Amino acid sequence: MDFGPHLILAILEGAVTAAVLALTAMGLSIVFGVMRVVNVAHGEFYMLGAVIAWWVATVVGAHPALGFVAALVIAPLVVGAMAAAADRLILHRIDYDPERTIVATIGLLYIIQQGTLMTFGPDARPVQPPFNSRIALPWPEWTDGAFAWAYPWGFGTTTYKLFIIAAAAAILVALWLLMTRTKAGLIMRATQQDAEMARAFGIPVTRVYALVFGLGAGLAAMGAVLIVPVQQAHYLMGGDPLLLSFIVVIIGGLGSLPGTVIAALLIGMSDGIISVFFSPTLAKIIATLAVAMVLVFRPQGLLGKRS
Amino acid sequence: MRLFSRANALHLGLIALLAALFFTLPAYHTGNLARIMVLAVFAMGYNLLFGYTGLLSLGHALFFSAGMYGLGLAMHLGAATPAPAFLAGLIAALIVSGVVGFLALRTTGVAFMIVTLMFAQAGYLTILYFGSYTRGDEGFVIQQAQRSLLGIDLSDDTNRYFAALILFAAALLVTGAIVRSGFGRTLVAIRENEQRATMLGYDVQRLKLIAVVLSGVLSGASGAAYALLFGYAGATFATVQYSIFPLLWVLLGGAGTTIGPLIGAIFMFYLIDYASGLTNAYLLLVGVALVALTLFASQGIVGTIRARWIRWLP
Repeated sequence: MDFGPHLILAILEGAVTAAVLALTAMGLSIVFGVMRVVNVAHGEFYMLGAVIAWWVATVVGAHPALGFVAALVIAPLVVGAMAAAADRLILHRIDYDPERTIVATIGLLYIIQQGTLMTFGPDARPVQPPFNSRIALPWPEWTDGAFAWAYPWGFGTTTYKLFIIAAAAAILVALWLLMTRTKAGLIMRATQQDAEMARAFGIPVTRVYALVFGLGAGLAAMGAVLIVPVQQAHYLMGGDPLLLSFIVVIIGGLGSLPGTVIAALLIGMSDGIISVFFSPTLAKIIATLAVAMVLVFRPQGLLGKRS
Repeated sequence: MRLFSRANALHLGLIALLAALFFTLPAYHTGNLARIMVLAVFAMGYNLLFGYTGLLSLGHALFFSAGMYGLGLAMHLGAATPAPAFLAGLIAALIVSGVVGFLALRTTGVAFMIVTLMFAQAGYLTILYFGSYTRGDEGFVIQQAQRSLLGIDLSDDTNRYFAALILFAAALLVTGAIVRSGFGRTLVAIRENEQRATMLGYDVQRLKLIAVVLSGVLSGASGAAYALLFGYAGATFATVQYSIFPLLWVLLGGAGTTIGPLIGAIFMFYLIDYASGLTNAYLLLVGVALVALTLFASQGIVGTIRARWIRWLP
């Protein structure tokens, strides 16, 4: 394949990564924005989403589409409920102290990860995509001075990958409507601005926190359910999404939702493109150092405003 | 600071006890204890920053592995003898902690934790990237023939135990002296109230940097000694897990106590040792311990003993 088709392919792969990353990072960002805590166990909620999706798909059996739809509904709800419970049992009790929350969520990370290892096992397990037909993409070529469409071998994508991008976009729009157009969103934004004042106005802040923590984990789980037909479920799969989500949230400005989406697109696309053309390890080194430098020299994020 | 204080007596007694244990415990446990003493030095380095200065780093694996690879690469590629190689390890840790400290200390709180985490992650990936020299995850073995210092074979069980004990004793006495010196008191003042320390005229930024570098060099000494005594250096020691371990040991033993890091390391080492015989998911214990400690016992074992019974514990 030539450079051109290669690049288009990298962009398509990057777009899939970016779509899932946007959902996962949005979960981390909402939790940080409203509760002012960093959830290190976020990647494990993502992993749980994938594992539960496998479990639901296996139990439902039947047609892969049926199992997939059931997983898309059940996995985020279960993961969200577990996260909300963890919030009430652990984070609420340590009063959301930022540093102790990080230590506690590191503990939670190990508990979820190793708990999954004990029950689900060390193997990677696949989930059938609901539909998956190949689309070969055309590429313009000049042969003998005449213009023609060629279909280079291996140049194409699948309907399912396009669906991932569309579904992630739809979920993000729904989330935006929830945050800006509903009473629940208003309550969350009020709590974000000033938890004390919100409490004084009768908002049940404790319950809001639990719900927000659940919502954040649920978003990660949704991203995982979408990606699991492409990438198998495995108990260690939470590491990379956690790191990438951190990078996205920091570059986008901690707690800024539009910033998070833009940064997810930027990081997801460049991760896809860089890994195709360069060593993925080198790309990761540069990305982590860049994030450290952003935090050191521009703590409000590249897109955030100085408070 | 008196030379014959209760604190010094405690430290010297502990060192004597560890020396005596070598002759009473079975070989399996003395082997473990040698490992634990080296790792306890890592925990003591961490404790200096976390327990006394109040800075929670999530990137100490970087300093540990700087020491480990400083020594390891000097011996493996440069065919250096242990003494200059150990010095190379210390210098590597000094430089790395100096640079990381200089940059990371521009941030505070949660941002400091994430910046240190990111630097450590970048360090780990760098070790993997230069896999042709470091052999990445697989690591490399330091030949037994190379591991003798002043004619003493450090791969021998007895010599290894006492080399670990000497390092541990030095680290314990040095940290014991540091935390009771004026400098150590100032670090505690920064931990308790940074603004007040600034207002009293202390150059808080500079003191914090010194604390990071001291902590980094102690961690590096532990990493270098680990590679030297056990003859192996690998990228596993640079992973996030090895940044979490010292935090866990210190939290469990008691942050801001001189003997807490050793106590925490002993407990956690044997807990994991026991659990790994039962299940392959033994790291579950690490998670449970971290959550339980933050929820119920934020002072750790020695911290609780100090708060309840023995007030003078250093």
